This record gives sequence, structure tokens and C-alpha cells, in this order.
Amino acid sequence: MAVVDYNGVRTTARLDALPDRISPGDYVLVHTGFAIRRLSPEDGEETLRLFDELAASLAAESPAKPAQNAGDARSAGGEPPNSRDQAATPPASGGSSTSGRAG
Amino acid sequence: MTPSFQYSDPKRGRDLRDAIRILAPPETFKIVHVCGTHEMAITRNGLRRFLPETVDLLEGPGCPVCVTPAADIDTAIAIAHAGATLCTFGDMIRVPGSECSLDQARSDGCDIRTVLSVADAVEAARTTDEEVVFFAVGFETTTPMTAAILLDDPPSNFSVLVSHKQVPQAMAALLDLPDSRIAAYLAPGHVSTIIGTRSYESWLTTHRIPTVVGGFEPLDILYAIALILRQHRDGTAKVENGYPRAVATDGNPAALMLIEEVFETAEVAWRGIGRIPGSGYRLRSRFEHFDARGRFTIALPEERADVPGCRCPDVLTARAVPTDCPLFSARCTPLTPVGPCMVGTEGACSIWFRYGGRESL
Repeated sequence: MAVVDYNGVRTTARLDALPDRISPGDYVLVHTGFAIRRLSPEDGEETLRLFDELAASLAAESPAKPAQNAGDARSAGGEPPNSRDQAATPPASGGSSTSGRAG
Repeated sequence: MTPSFQYSDPKRGRDLRDAIRILAPPETFKIVHVCGTHEMAITRNGLRRFLPETVDLLEGPGCPVCVTPAADIDTAIAIAHAGATLCTFGDMIRVPGSECSLDQARSDGCDIRTVLSVADAVEAARTTDEEVVFFAVGFETTTPMTAAILLDDPPSNFSVLVSHKQVPQAMAALLDLPDSRIAAYLAPGHVSTIIGTRSYESWLTTHRIPTVVGGFEPLDILYAIALILRQHRDGTAKVENGYPRAVATDGNPAALMLIEEVFETAEVAWRGIGRIPGSGYRLRSRFEHFDARGRFTIALPEERADVPGCRCPDVLTARAVPTDCPLFSARCTPLTPVGPCMVGTEGACSIWFRYGGRESL
């Protein structure tokens, strides 16, 4: 059993289903009261690199910037979702699972 | 120290949107996901309006309580009427069975409690001599937890009504339905944390469709869709991991071992789809004494056919979207739900009602 902090809410999570070794301060993915995976900040950074790499490789393939409405009836005024303040959000939050910090 | 993870920052969102536009297929391309949490993220963030006109993105059987058959709910109600305390997850309570929901059974005096975890149900059993039953619904994300509790020496007054389901088998079955027209799968993130990406390889021999595991942040979903469209453009069809920070090829070995120890695979019924071979679980014989079905005399009402006009079966098989249903937001709302998809918080109808469905299409 570990104490986890989810955006300031402290609760407990069982470790029966966790294959990884964890220590206080680690981030874990918690599903219905059980930790199911340790999350590393390095993997989080890697995720952003993957996003950038894919976008850059496609942009390079297609040098002309795609027309605003080319084949996209839904794009009028479409901006991607606003950035939420994620400073206090552990990696991979969201989902019916929550991520919390083992303590 | 909290790392700053910008999984929804606008700059990257625009870049991925542009990538998706570059990859826009000329013909209609239907992507199906099977996760209520994906539908929530897609709808709440309005992601459909960033997709090319040709890309349809639909939720299939992704809401665990929605796919729980009425007969299982009827069984839970019968057990509660027999005097047991019945514990289950919150959104299971209001899903209609054949005659009523667990909520209505509670109004009739049954002891029905919502829990956040099976661990809470077993704690309830430790504080009483009365029978306590956990109505165990959910996919591979909740099955290992039920197994862990049964392996952890629960008290003898505790038992389980097993209704757990396996997602990949339902995904495979969906491909063979008439009019399914599924061109690609966006595979569920946390189910895949448990079962691994290799679980989706089974149908690639018969159905050549891209299958990409995606996470739940807006950028995760746009990224997974870009990976799907790139496979389509390149004429490939493979399982790809778009959520590597949380998903490994082999999944979570500890969780899989818990499942393996306690459960064996069984054919079960899915609401709206029917019986699917190998898509569920039953307790192994050495855990049979924890099977609630064996502990109580259960008289079931006749299983009710679905309500006329309700298109939940089509929504659950990704052959319709909520607004295709004549009852949606008219007769059927979260306060007066007709079908299960309007009840479950992960049900497509409930999510579209709350967040407005899709922008166009």
C-alpha cells in the first residue's frame, strides 16, 4: 500500500498489480485504487519529442503549408484546445485512471 | 518538484492538426475507439472539428457499464433482494436491467452501495457477518484488482458476481458485423497498459486495419490519429504504440499474472452485441466458492428486449452516433435515460449530451 497525492488529494493505492519497483516521490498510474504502472518524467519528455518528430517529418514531406480549409469543413475558426495549466498535473493524467505521486 | 507536461499546448496541437491534414484520406475513413475515456477527451476538447471531413471517429463498446447485459444487472438485483449487501461502481447503479435498475432496487429497501474500488467492498465485508457481494464489471483495467482481492484471503462472507470483459475479442467481433466499415482502431490506453500492444495482433491476419494505442491527453489523441492516417497512406496495417510512456508490448506482467491465477476465459454476452467467444472471464474452480452466482437462489425476470427506437445497440457497435437516435435528448436524457449509453458516464450518449456532440458531419 502506498500513499498517493493526486493534485493535492491524498489517498492510498494498493501495489498488488504494480510490476515496477517504486520509491517515495515516484509517479504512478492509478486505476480503481491500484497502481498499475510507474511513470517517469523522462518518458513524458520523450512523448513530446515523438509528437514533434512526427509533425516535423510530415511538414518536411509537404513543404507547402496546407491550405486553411483544404478538405476540412470543420476547421473554420478551429484552434486546438486551450492550454490548461498543467503545472500541477502529473504525467499521463486523465482517463478513468488517475496518476498520483507515491509517498 | 513537479515536471511540467504540456500535453495540450496549442502550438503542438496546431502542428499535429497540420500533420493530420497532410494525411487526410480522399475517401471516407472510419476510425473506431473503444474507450469511454477517449470519447470524453475527444468530445470535451472538441477534437472532431480538427479532423478532415473524410475522417469519422466513433466510440464502439467502450463503456463498461453500457455493455453489461441486462441479465447480469437482473442477477445483481436478485442477489440484493436475497438480502446481501451489493457493492459496485457508481455508474452501474442507474443502468436499467430488465425490470428496474439497482438504484430502483435500493429504493425498494435493498442494501446497494457504490464503491471506488473492489478493496472498499472487501473492507465492507470485514465489518459485518452479513453477505457482501461485489458486482465486478469492467475491462482488463479492473479485472486484475478483483483477482488481487480474491488472492488476498477475503472473509468468507465476501463473494463476487463476475461480469468482467476482454476488449480485444469485442474489437475483433465488431469487424465481422454487417455494415461495420471499420477502417482503423484507436486502441484504449489503460487497457493496453495491462494487456500490452501484442494483444491486438490477432485480427491483423484477417483484417488489414491500422491499430494504434492512444493516450488520453488531447495531443495524445491527435498523435494517435496521425499515426493511423500515416499507416493508411503508406498502405500498412500494424499495431503501433502511440502511448509508450504508459504502455509496453507485453503489458503489465504482474496484473496479467493476477488475472491468470484467478480467472479463465469464457464466452460472455455484451449488451447490444450479443455473445462473443472468449470475451469474458469466469472464476477458476479453486475460486468457485467466491462465485456469488453459486451462493444465492436467483430467480430472474424474463430478459427484456431493448426499448423500441433506442439505438444503443448501433451506438455500442459504432454503427451510429448518438444524434442518429430519435430518442437522443428528447425522450432520453441523463435524468430520464432510456438506454444504457445515456446512463454510463463513459457512454457516448451521456458524453454527447453533456458536451455537445460533434461540430459537423
